[in-house]
Amino acid sequence: MNRLMRRTLAIATAAALLTAAAACSDDGQTPPAGVEVPGVTATEIVVGTHMPLTGPASAGYSEIAPASKAYFDYVNANGGVNGRKITYKIMDDGYNPANTQTVVRQLVLQDKVFAILNGLGTPTHSGVLDFLKTNRVPDLFVASGSRNWNQPDKYPGTFGFNTDYTVEGKILATHVKANFAGKKTCFFGQDDDFGRDSLVGVEAVLGAGAVVAKEKYVVTNQNVAPQIGALKAAGCEVVVLATVPGFTALSVGTAARLGFRPQWVVSNVGSDYQTLSKLLGEGKVLLEGVVGASNLPAPLDLNDPWTAMFKKIHDKYNGSAPFNGNTVYGMSVAYTFVQALQNAGKDLTREGLLAAVEKNGFTGPGYAPFRYSKTDHSGYGGYRLTKIEAGTQVFFGPVYTTDDTPTSPVTEYPTPRPTPPAVTLP
Amino acid sequence: MNLLRSATLLRHLALTLLAGFALYLLSLELDPFRNFQLATVAAYLCATAGLTVLTGLSGQLSLGHGALMAVGAYTVALCQNTLAEHDVTGNGVLPLSLLAGVLVTMAAGFVIGLAAARLRGPYLAGVTLAVAVAVPAATVTFDELFNSEQGLGVYVEPPPLSLGPYFPNERWQAWIALLGALLTMLLLANLVRGRFGRTLRAVRDDEVAARLSGIDVARAQVQAFVVSAAGAGLGGGLLAVLAQSVSPGAFSLTLSLFLLMAVVIGGLGSLSGAVWGALLLVALPDLAHQVSSGLVASSPAAAQRLEGNLPLLVFGLTLIVVMIAMPGGVQGLLHRVTGWARRRLPSR
Amino acid sequence: MDRFVFLTFDGLSKGAVLAAFALALVLIWRAARIVNFAQGAMAVAAAYAAYTVTTATGSYWLGLLAALVGGLLLGALVERAVMRFVDHRSPLAEVIVALGLVLVVQAALGMVYGNEFRAAAAPFSRTALEVGGVPLLSRYDLFVFGAVLLVLLGLALLFTRTGVGLRMRAAAFAPEVSRLLGVNVGGMLTLGWALASAVGALAAMLVLPTELGLHPHAMDLVFVSAFTAAVVGGLDSPPGAVVGGLSVGLILSYVSGYLGSDVTPMAVLALLLVVLLVRPGGLFAATVARQA
Repeated sequence: MNRLMRRTLAIATAAALLTAAAACSDDGQTPPAGVEVPGVTATEIVVGTHMPLTGPASAGYSEIAPASKAYFDYVNANGGVNGRKITYKIMDDGYNPANTQTVVRQLVLQDKVFAILNGLGTPTHSGVLDFLKTNRVPDLFVASGSRNWNQPDKYPGTFGFNTDYTVEGKILATHVKANFAGKKTCFFGQDDDFGRDSLVGVEAVLGAGAVVAKEKYVVTNQNVAPQIGALKAAGCEVVVLATVPGFTALSVGTAARLGFRPQWVVSNVGSDYQTLSKLLGEGKVLLEGVVGASNLPAPLDLNDPWTAMFKKIHDKYNGSAPFNGNTVYGMSVAYTFVQALQNAGKDLTREGLLAAVEKNGFTGPGYAPFRYSKTDHSGYGGYRLTKIEAGTQVFFGPVYTTDDTPTSPVTEYPTPRPTPPAVTLP
Repeated sequence: MNLLRSATLLRHLALTLLAGFALYLLSLELDPFRNFQLATVAAYLCATAGLTVLTGLSGQLSLGHGALMAVGAYTVALCQNTLAEHDVTGNGVLPLSLLAGVLVTMAAGFVIGLAAARLRGPYLAGVTLAVAVAVPAATVTFDELFNSEQGLGVYVEPPPLSLGPYFPNERWQAWIALLGALLTMLLLANLVRGRFGRTLRAVRDDEVAARLSGIDVARAQVQAFVVSAAGAGLGGGLLAVLAQSVSPGAFSLTLSLFLLMAVVIGGLGSLSGAVWGALLLVALPDLAHQVSSGLVASSPAAAQRLEGNLPLLVFGLTLIVVMIAMPGGVQGLLHRVTGWARRRLPSR
Repeated sequence: MDRFVFLTFDGLSKGAVLAAFALALVLIWRAARIVNFAQGAMAVAAAYAAYTVTTATGSYWLGLLAALVGGLLLGALVERAVMRFVDHRSPLAEVIVALGLVLVVQAALGMVYGNEFRAAAAPFSRTALEVGGVPLLSRYDLFVFGAVLLVLLGLALLFTRTGVGLRMRAAAFAPEVSRLLGVNVGGMLTLGWALASAVGALAAMLVLPTELGLHPHAMDLVFVSAFTAAVVGGLDSPPGAVVGGLSVGLILSYVSGYLGSDVTPMAVLALLLVVLLVRPGGLFAATVARQA
């Protein structure tokens, strides 16, 4: 009895103390203190991202954010942007939407980042759109080709980076129409927005009835033989793939196993030669002739001035990591972001940054231009086609641009890329 | 006897009110991110408490509680969105949706429980494992309803304006989740203390003896599954409300396994163990990040490999050590420590 | 009809690798009365050993040998260092410790080898021989069938014709009595774990070339299918595991081919439930339904 009394007394005391403390805290009637811009001081800009650094989905993707960071380190070593150094906080979400919720809140509420940059993945990032909107955090250059990011009315602060999957489908289909007319064309895609949006694009150009057979896969089932077998049985001669790299490799490998050798036309996500050849090992010879799409310079082509520039920065600031398509991607994101910061001017605000992105006018390593405007928040508006020849991936043909409206035409984009600024390593 | 029972009930009620008051004060003190974490702990607590009843009390193993949480989460999401589409909004709607989530999950738990009552040990583990894999996959098969991998947004009312225009949303979320968790703990604590708890313990310790003393073993096991599913459903529903979205990736096999590990490390013996488990689920990724971000400064290459893997290694080792050396988990350890201290320091 | 024939042969070749893994689960069940939930992770660890050796020497067969030896050693190590100390009265403890092992093994592999997928080489061509335009089986599939048959025969000989096999079963079924009769129960357990782990390693070597490749999580989903296969056949019966493996392979192939690849997890669950509720001991249960 005595013990119980003492305990109760202790708890009551603690409670009283807490109440007293609580009385001093804000009660929701006053705005939170401070009018300055979150994450921005006279010398620093704090930016955050969420990426899968661990787990099965992290293969390859885990190299993107460190590459962006390396580029920021290079910029910082040259004095930063308007005297401010960029701090890039990389959070691992393991491609798990529940983790994304937590780490993005940590970045916004605790680390008080100025903006979220290049958050990766459709299922992961979709979940935080509302949260970022409520907190008015700029949500730039989302790393996925979903059309979700392009909803300026609903999510005014969100902008995509990748060319969206429908635009991509239209461009791939344009190539098919021009070069493989009269051949039986089929489609194999992931059973989500990626595959669906891509198919919309393909059918917009070829016509709804022109795709002879359509098959889908889910990432949790690695036996694609039943699907590839169906494509073979349908007599497909050209197969458009909307697949992630692992499933491009599985599709090509399985088809070879079944004695099925169509012309593969592969989406950007799943057509990086370096990644595919690693997955296929000795089977990489099967990749000869595969047509893909890309908008950024090839990492192996050091004659490309942009690749050369990124390689120099990579060697100095990201030395131990491999230099590949993911590195080029990460650096391109960082390059564009720095441009946006510069355009936003010295008095950096969140509104100013969003206005600068909507104003667009960005140039850089990408072949196609960005679509950004007041009414369009999707990323790049096109692709150039690639082909795997004699163990390397080379660009061919013109740069194509279009938008995700099924009826709008696919046009050639004649403006060449600018030459990159000279690299000055301190 | 009756007096004693009502005394237990009163004691639980008083404890819950006290805990609620302390947590209310705590939520006023915490910054928004910590409040969100507090809300997440509360949501997980509903699920871990349910799992503790199932695994700790009735001795049934479930590797599929993450899937049950998904059932609750998707039900809440669909209810909230459908009601909002028909312009039924207001703060009374959410409790209804959560209730629907709990009921639907209980129904799912009943079905799994029926199968589970006929299975033991590894067979039960295997079936629940298959459940954990199959439920997220179902969202792809029925994508018109569940929107595949991308999941659904969840319509959630902002905090009521009477709290003030600048009232932090995270504190409001914490209140909702804490209310759910306290209610769960109160109900489960009473259930466990009563006849139901005794029946389950009897079944767990010796099925034959339980049967001989007139207990319908299968019935008790199904009931345990249903009660446990209710906790998981509420937990999942609350998570959906906190995240304002649901997607299959958030309720993967990993979540199911982590829930089980959390309650084991927390301590299967009592509901307090579930609290430790829920805390662990939220604290672990946070700790992991702090460790690995400390490493990034020294060696980026090494950090990239360690990031994420190191905490898993530690978690796995802890699990093995706990299971072998201190089956009572954290709560059991605390119990022993306080017992030892009490013997050492006799009451003045 | 062509489609059906094609899916049948695809299912059989997929089923053969599942059968190999199910055999490993049956072996450990017979030797220690537990389902080793860490079997997949341990097998992947052995496959990484093979990868290291194959990369260094260029020989698939030396790699395979390394996997088998690695599997033996890892199995013995896990039994001696961990499982021996687990409370065997409740299956709960064993399952949870095994899950802990999964975390440890996968994290360690991730730290050493990174999270990249690595191509797993196959020793024979995987190009299927065609009959009448329908691709049937490849030389690699025949190799897998051969390996599974060999393991099946080996296990049959071990458990029915040798004293060691008899002692292993005795030690698993009735440890106390066996000890009284002079059986080295601890030694038998270690041996059982080592052998099961080696068979698991072999299974991983057979599975990996048919999937995405080598990765710390490569066997996670295979485990679920293989477990289903083992249960369908009855955890006690090696021939049951093979029949179970082939049936699961066939069902997965038909479901994926006719209904869609996203339906397979639900098909696995349905199959498991039907078999367990109708025949709790599995299709090949020799004894009355055993509950633990």
